[in-house]
Amino acid sequence: MKFDSPATTNPIDRLKVVGKPIDRIDGKLKTTGTAPYAYERNDVAPNAAYGYILGASIAKGRITSLDVSAAKRAPGVIAVVTYQNAGKLAKAKAHTARLLAGPEVQHFDQAVAIVVAETFEQARDASRRIKVRYAATKGAYDLAVAIKTAQKPAPNPDAGADKPDTAVGDFAGAFAKASVQLDETYTTPDQCHAMMEPHATTAAWEGDKLTVWTSNQMIAWAVRDLTETLLIPKENVRVISPYIGGGFGSKLWIRADALAAILGARAAGRPVKVALARTQIFNNTTHRPATIQRIRIGCGPDGRIAAIGHESWSGDLPGGGPETAANQTRLLYAGENRMTAHRLAVLDLPEGNAMRAPGEAPGLMALEIAMDELAEKLKIDPVELRIRNDVQYDPEAGPKRPFSHRDLIGCLRTGAQRFGWDKRSATPGRVRDGRWLVGLGMAAAFRNNISMTSAARVGIDRKGVVTVATDMTDIGTGSYTVIAQTAAEMMGVDVEKVVVLLGDSSFPASSGSGGQWGGNSASSGVYAACVKLREALARKAGFDPATAVFDDGKIRSGNKSATLAELAGDAGLSAEDTIEFEGLDKAYAQSTFGAHFVEAGVDAQTGEIRVRRMGGAFAAGRILNPKSARSQVIGAMTMGVGAALMEEAVVDKRYGCFINHDMAGYEVPVHADIPHQDVVFLDEVDDKSSPLKAKGVGELGICGVGAAVANAVYNACGVRVREYPITLDKILAGWAKV
Amino acid sequence: MKPFTYERVATPAEAAAAALKNPKARFIAGGTNLLDLMKLEIEVPPHLIDINRLGLDKIKETDQGGLRIGALVRNTDLAADRRVRKDYAVLSRALLSGASGQLRNKATTAGNLLQRTRCPYFYDPTMPCNKRAPGSGCSALQGFNRNLAILGTSDQCIATHPSDMAVAMRLLDATVETVHADGRTRAIPIASFHRLPGTTPHIETDLAPGELITAVVLPPPLGGTHIYRKVRDRASYAFALVSVAAVLQRDGTGRAAFGGLAHKPWRVEAAEARMAQGPKAVADAVLAGARTTPQNAFKTVLAERTLAAVFEQARA
Ligand SMILES: Cc1cc2nc3c(=O)[nH]c(=O)nc-3n(C[C@H](O)[C@H](O)[C@H](O)COP(=O)(O)OP(=O)(O)OC[C@H]3O[C@@H](n4cnc5c(N)ncnc54)[C@H](O)[C@@H]3O)c2cc1C
Ligand code: SF4
Repeated sequence: MKFDSPATTNPIDRLKVVGKPIDRIDGKLKTTGTAPYAYERNDVAPNAAYGYILGASIAKGRITSLDVSAAKRAPGVIAVVTYQNAGKLAKAKAHTARLLAGPEVQHFDQAVAIVVAETFEQARDASRRIKVRYAATKGAYDLAVAIKTAQKPAPNPDAGADKPDTAVGDFAGAFAKASVQLDETYTTPDQCHAMMEPHATTAAWEGDKLTVWTSNQMIAWAVRDLTETLLIPKENVRVISPYIGGGFGSKLWIRADALAAILGARAAGRPVKVALARTQIFNNTTHRPATIQRIRIGCGPDGRIAAIGHESWSGDLPGGGPETAANQTRLLYAGENRMTAHRLAVLDLPEGNAMRAPGEAPGLMALEIAMDELAEKLKIDPVELRIRNDVQYDPEAGPKRPFSHRDLIGCLRTGAQRFGWDKRSATPGRVRDGRWLVGLGMAAAFRNNISMTSAARVGIDRKGVVTVATDMTDIGTGSYTVIAQTAAEMMGVDVEKVVVLLGDSSFPASSGSGGQWGGNSASSGVYAACVKLREALARKAGFDPATAVFDDGKIRSGNKSATLAELAGDAGLSAEDTIEFEGLDKAYAQSTFGAHFVEAGVDAQTGEIRVRRMGGAFAAGRILNPKSARSQVIGAMTMGVGAALMEEAVVDKRYGCFINHDMAGYEVPVHADIPHQDVVFLDEVDDKSSPLKAKGVGELGICGVGAAVANAVYNACGVRVREYPITLDKILAGWAKV
Repeated sequence: MKPFTYERVATPAEAAAAALKNPKARFIAGGTNLLDLMKLEIEVPPHLIDINRLGLDKIKETDQGGLRIGALVRNTDLAADRRVRKDYAVLSRALLSGASGQLRNKATTAGNLLQRTRCPYFYDPTMPCNKRAPGSGCSALQGFNRNLAILGTSDQCIATHPSDMAVAMRLLDATVETVHADGRTRAIPIASFHRLPGTTPHIETDLAPGELITAVVLPPPLGGTHIYRKVRDRASYAFALVSVAAVLQRDGTGRAAFGGLAHKPWRVEAAEARMAQGPKAVADAVLAGARTTPQNAFKTVLAERTLAAVFEQARA
């Protein structure tokens, strides 16, 4: 099915099942620990041996010698695999660094060897008996230094970085002329995904056929990347990933755990499982790159933006890509004269890549502080300043490219009203509650809506049970549930009558989970397959597919009806289709919007910062399941608090690694850090985004939160921190200056 | 983790005998610190002596009017003990500010005193660290040291002792009771129990190899207002940047001990003489001689301000 013109009325609009706050159908499995994760597939791969990865202890250089003899002799060891005996491997296009080092080492903790043993402890112990000698070479680890030689990156449309730079009108001239100018630089640090389930894989070979149970967000990409890495045909690879304990972008591509398990299984001649230890995840896998962002906004006293410029610098290994932190500035606010630019420096840190709303999350952390600073200069309320600069079309393309649907103003007004924004004192440091200085801050939320081709197969059996199969993944987002709701609505059955099978490359290829495209795209693929199945059923019943009504397990036409179960018969019926989005994303800017409001307390003595209250209003098309959508958004808001106040992978610039590489050193919010979160979704549909009229929603919730926290902290205590994370030492330093 | 052997002992005498037989053995109590270190091969004991069944899990009143806390009393139980909450509230509060509920259920009184630093380089066996590998150098001096020590440091090591409980124990002038591998017993004042790093940062306490802690004894209660104020980047489940344990009396006298500043809980009795002059006077005396890095210099300001916050809280 091609989606190339706006949706009209369709069975989803009945909203009997779609739009209802149904509990996650995988919720019980996950909360009771009975959902089988990749590392626990004893049911399908009994007798698996244990693999453990030895990582490089230098960041850049060469392995000059490798002695595995002691490891091989260690108790329980079955095999040791290094680049010397791994066989021919290639780097998949999606990877910047190779998953197995040797002889070249590209980053700290890059896998050097895989030890396979009868027990986990034996494998780990033996891995430490491997003697590796390195010839280290000097690397670049300091972004502030490396930006001096930063380059304009090559366009990379796959990573949402189709154009590194944009320019409209005369930014420099208009900025110079503006009577009110803001020119500030902001920094965001490297960050790590810190999902609960570590990267883990069980792999088994049968002849030249490979099965990989792995924790992965994108099944089709995993097959592709394995095919490219192992140089084997696609037909020989099966990837299975039905349950995932969080990914946040770190599992968009296969990682070293998968390759290690696969190579280990080949060497051992039996299934092998590998999980990365928590301490390995920080340097062995990917992270969100640090950014340095300069923002310039020029306007008149009325606050209407005349010139807006956003430049972002980040670093990555050679061949890598930028953090696209300036992207949202192309679309969020009005202004005739504009420029954005991304510059990429070479850094020899581990591979930088997608994490929790790449681009917008760090980009808005900067842009939305800048807007707060501008509002203060103008003495205009920050909500009002954003309203004044609303724009109903893509401001770079002009009115010919309108937004499919944009209600940022609705979010700002609704959010402000629910939060009690009118009680805010515009002057910082005015409100005191016991030991706490209390402040309010806000920020706009914005995340582009991406739609991806997605296929599904839907079948119905003689009991009237509808089974959906697609390689879509559920990374904790609720995919199982919204897909079941979509199929139930389309086929006119109860949601309990729908079985959803996900995460298997033998199923039709879906959009996968990433970039907040999964829920809308994959459900639309299921919609397409359901349309086909409805036609098949109608034809079998002798009804006109265009007018037949599916309801209550039956198909009706006029006063005639038949049960779906009867029509399916013993053989059952099934249909497969693919949704392909064409053209509407070019004709219309498609984005999701919101507004964040935060009350923060700053201890008047110690500078400790605690968030006291959060509220958000969001406009993201039809909300397929308000409960799972809310869960996504409150999780994202929590991540935003982490980004604002504590998350920082600290670079040791001598050793070229993230040094706080465990969960005691890399702090993320705990329960006590997160207060009540009020979330409201505006009631809207977007007929240009998909047949479901829905959009992405998961990542929208993180976009802007960090700045709302920063702005609240400023409003509370009068210290403007432009280097994230905002920690008490920076507050104390600010107080010392005044 | 290196392979190791394991035995469980039933009496302190058996524990001592086992230690005598295996000079490189380690006692294991809650295991919440030791096992993590063994997994990373920072500690590589060939033998573990499980002391959990020694019966040292009671809190008893002493003839002097204090409390004798068995070495194996869990942090949760110690914090919840009625006598501790009433007479040594600062200790209860310090315990409850540490780690998490699950960890406190396992962690023991002796184990808590002996927990090792959280310096990130100590935890990465690929990096130089004098504490982990004597003579290899200190990576933290020129590295990431935001949460490391500013007092009593040396050129060899600037690690902190991360315990909250120990700060309260220092404040209360506790005594650590031990039995040597050869059966001799002794009582070590808490003030001299932990060492400064000097040129031997790998030696952290006054304990001899194989010496077992049997109890920690608290002197009679001090009265006054008991406060434990722990300052950290997130609201819970984080080690202190700075902490202050204080007992303040109505007459303006009192005691204060600091955590997060040094290789041991930091208390300067002479500074306490200035209590009546207010927090700044006390802090100035406590922090005299502080050696900071650009990253941890904030701790001097923070320590003074935290003490001021404690004074405010006591007045409130
Ligand atoms: C994630 C995390 C967060 C934490 N946060 C905090 C915090 O915020 N504040 C805080 O104070 N602590 C914190 N801790 C540390 C925790 O308090 C300690 O791990 C715990 O107190 C150690 O006690 P244990 O009984 O488990 O010791 P073990 O791990 O069993 O032993 C520790 C050491 O003591 C020795 N030992 C134990 N008992 C005896 C004895 N009777 N005689 C002689 N030697 C003995 C062992 O041989 C070993 O060397 C945290 C720990 C973790 C893992
Ligand atoms: S401060 Fe101490 S523990 Fe940290 S690296 Fe230096 S010697 Fe090791």
